[in-house]
Amino acid sequence: MTKSLIEARGLVRIYQVRRGLFGQPTPVRAVDGVSLGVRPGETLGIVGESGSGKSTLGRMLLGIDPAQSGEVQFEGKPLPRFGTPEWRALRASMQLVYQDPLAALDRRLTIAAQIGEPLAIHDIGRKEERAARVEELMSAVGLRRDQANRYPHELSGGQRQRAVIARALASNPRLLVCDEPVSALDVSIQAQVVNMLRDLQEQRRIAMVFISHDLKVVRNMADRVAVMYLGRIVEEASSDVIFQSPQHPYTKALVSSVPVPGKVLQGRMILQGEPPNPANRPSGCAFHPRCPVAADICRKSAPPLRPIGRERTAACHLIQGETAPIAA
Amino acid sequence: MPSNLVELCDLKVAFDGVQVLHGIDLDVARGESLGLVGESGCGKSVTWLAALGLLPGKASVTGSVRVDGHEVCGAPRSMLEDIRWGRIAMIFQDPSSSLNPVLRIGRQIAEALAIHRQLHGEAAKAEALRLMDMVGIPDARHRFDLYPHEFSGGQCQRLMIAMALAGQPDLLIADEPTTALDATIQAQILDLLVQLRAETGMAMVFISHDLGAVSQVCERVCVMYAGRIVEQGSIEQLFSDPRHPYTRGLFDAIPRIDGPRQRLIPIPGTVPNPKHLPEGCAFSPRCSRAQEVCRTTQPSLESMQGGRWLACHSPVPEPSQAARARILEFA
Repeated sequence: MTKSLIEARGLVRIYQVRRGLFGQPTPVRAVDGVSLGVRPGETLGIVGESGSGKSTLGRMLLGIDPAQSGEVQFEGKPLPRFGTPEWRALRASMQLVYQDPLAALDRRLTIAAQIGEPLAIHDIGRKEERAARVEELMSAVGLRRDQANRYPHELSGGQRQRAVIARALASNPRLLVCDEPVSALDVSIQAQVVNMLRDLQEQRRIAMVFISHDLKVVRNMADRVAVMYLGRIVEEASSDVIFQSPQHPYTKALVSSVPVPGKVLQGRMILQGEPPNPANRPSGCAFHPRCPVAADICRKSAPPLRPIGRERTAACHLIQGETAPIAA
Repeated sequence: MPSNLVELCDLKVAFDGVQVLHGIDLDVARGESLGLVGESGCGKSVTWLAALGLLPGKASVTGSVRVDGHEVCGAPRSMLEDIRWGRIAMIFQDPSSSLNPVLRIGRQIAEALAIHRQLHGEAAKAEALRLMDMVGIPDARHRFDLYPHEFSGGQCQRLMIAMALAGQPDLLIADEPTTALDATIQAQILDLLVQLRAETGMAMVFISHDLGAVSQVCERVCVMYAGRIVEQGSIEQLFSDPRHPYTRGLFDAIPRIDGPRQRLIPIPGTVPNPKHLPEGCAFSPRCSRAQEVCRTTQPSLESMQGGRWLACHSPVPEPSQAARARILEFA
């Protein structure tokens, strides 16, 4: 097994949230003890509902959000502190793509200027070569040469997202964290961008963390998938396995909630209730109030994430490690 | 009495001289559930905003909109207000922006009841509580006096549906009602809509870009592209053998959750700008089956076998072949 490019151990991020104007700040554990690793060239999908901490986790992997506890190692070395020159230098090899390209682009700069910016910031190549590099990046993401001098508002949503991706690729990153990169796009354009990301990844062997609430897209992008619920990973497995035979009750519900075109509503597992407020975490397993099979033990103690099969983990008291004996 | 609840005939809409809707003909029968699918900017929302007279003044609307046989396009405001909410209710994508943030939720529902059913005081409160129960708000009695921000997104959408039901409408227009919601909550709301329709027998128009969601709640679907209906048919017909290349392209572009993982098949290009629509069929520049005639003449929506409608010069070949090809793909 190849070594992980990036590895996180026991990450915790707590926000202080004030309830009401004069209320006491209460701690919200947005990310609560998450460990994961991504190998070079691999895509890890992270799925979960809003408030499950998936975006916070993405930011923590890049060191933008500091961890209260736990640590991130990039290529075997601990991540430097946020804002330090070492951290800035390292950011050239780890980039982030957001959901809303219009917010991520500067509306007063042409897209060619923006795609070239990382080259100037990280001092890559000589000035004369940069224009050629920008052109190469634009063609790699499928933007036409004559679009170089356009401003973001002159492009369509899909083209803007392509520009953002080109910019992220400019510094030849080894890790790309994509936070809902195609959620704002129409179906036909979404497919274009998903295919493009897959191609770029294969050509450049970039490791990718792909965060999305859309299970169908994640299944298509990711090699491995981690499902998050209320700040914790509840199940992790290869993307083929997890969608075919989900084990954790929450994953089962998620998979069955995806409407399949052409199939009428029936026999689906519909969860009652809503994701709980992270500030007011249920005792024991955080999922137990909505879980159809919850037992007594689920209300009392939180299940740890443990192996339940080959390269497969889940956090549930009721799953037996039947596929393979549990190795401690 | 006419058989159809709502009949749209040659409905056209232009904003500042730019035509965005190019003549929509659409009937909604009593109790039926119709889906309207298309990408952003195809005019699926504008169609119904125009029909209900909800577009801003700068929009010019022509054509005919008949509700129960009465013409309402250009009708006086008082008549439109009777129809809106009373006969036809509409719910939108973002429930929190449709609710008044400074009014208690119970009062907002009671207000709708006062306007449309002349219920006041205790009677209104009792009915509002019944509606809240009906849409699945737990512990309605204690939450009657809460403000919208004290409810989650999914519950706000439930409250919007409760308000829409206040006028006992014959038709509920749901404009992307689940797009802003999480997957498990989306499943709950779709379920609720199906259940409410079964209980009340109202008709429903479900506007969405999500073909999966549409197929869960609708019986008939219209696919729209660039301000026109390009294909219309029952769910089974359309999903088993889409004939319009655009419909086919939409299906192919959706990643699948079952079956083998394969490369997605996108539709090349982008949706045309309504200011510069291509000559002929608006889809022709993106269409793999386009021929010479597609680039010069606009195809009209023609009736086909089995109650289907199609606007295409060179449709995807007959079902048998397409179906066989798909079976082979999965084998």
